[in-house]
Amino acid sequence: MKILVVDDFSTMRRIVKNLLRDLGFTNTVEADDGKTALPILEAGGIDFLVTDWNMPGMTGIELLKAVRSNPDLVDLPVLMVTAEAKREQIIMAAQAGVNGYVIKPFTAATLKEKIEKIFERIDG
Amino acid sequence: MTNDFRLALAKDLVVALEQGNELEADKLLDKIASQKEGQLFKELGLLTRQLHDTMTGFSLDSKITSMTENDIPDAKERLQYVITMTEQAANQTLNAVEDLLPVSRTLNEQVEELSAKWERFLDREMPFEEFKSMSEEITRHFKESKGSLVQVQSGLNEILMAQGFQDITGQIIKRVIDLVQDLEVSMVELVQLAGGRKESEVTQDNEHDLPGPVVPGVDDKAGDVANNQDDVDDLLSSLGF
Repeated sequence: MKILVVDDFSTMRRIVKNLLRDLGFTNTVEADDGKTALPILEAGGIDFLVTDWNMPGMTGIELLKAVRSNPDLVDLPVLMVTAEAKREQIIMAAQAGVNGYVIKPFTAATLKEKIEKIFERIDG
Repeated sequence: MTNDFRLALAKDLVVALEQGNELEADKLLDKIASQKEGQLFKELGLLTRQLHDTMTGFSLDSKITSMTENDIPDAKERLQYVITMTEQAANQTLNAVEDLLPVSRTLNEQVEELSAKWERFLDREMPFEEFKSMSEEITRHFKESKGSLVQVQSGLNEILMAQGFQDITGQIIKRVIDLVQDLEVSMVELVQLAGGRKESEVTQDNEHDLPGPVVPGVDDKAGDVANNQDDVDDLLSSLGF
């Protein structure tokens, strides 16, 4: 299981990476915005994408749309972890095909729950 | 209207008046007046232009007014929230460290005590009775260590999570910096306008069209934001998630 963590704040990437390691996911890659993330995804081998929304260059929602419009990535599970909390934004992300939505600040338990839920749905 | 032309008109007027030719005199007067009107329209045009410039200046003024009325008090609350968040993070970290230090100290003492005894056992200096009690101590130590290490793990996780403040506060501070820059640009424009050196041209900042982190008391007034993860989950499940 290889996971790509995308956030423009390196501290947040470290936090997510450490939490993932705690959950047993040790194989993670990082990118600091959609622009750098997309080539990594297109190169293949990523099983799960955790992305922020508000990033310079290419935002998380743009990345999500790019992922869903790529036949190779259309089924990639995507978890959005973001400070964006407007209802219309959450709806927009849902419509764009996000698999889970966590708002910052979040707890380790929340992240764990959402990730497990996503994998449950995929396995089931 | 040239001077010669005006002089000619005046002379004609005098002649007409002297001759008692009222009709001709009126015609000439109208001609002179109409020349004046052209001048008037020109002046009016200039005045309109000035009015337009002043109005543009006013719209710039209203931008600054809205900044001082809304954005600056908002910015103050945002910065206040940054203080609150950093304080929370510092306390969360310090609490975890204060909880963990005694745990690690106790573990350290136990290990030191036991390893001294173990040395004596290896050197065959330990009577059997003492060996029995040491075995019990070791068993107890393993049990306690396990619990302590779980505690250490959870404390470290607390410290890890506390660092999330840097992302949120970073985003908020960036927004306030943008506001200060906006304000600076507007002030410079206003000064230039007052000096009559430049027409206003309001620059638009489109960098942050995303609402960003919700600052309590500032961004949640309209009731269109999710205040916590439960709100998000409810909304998503209402969408069939």
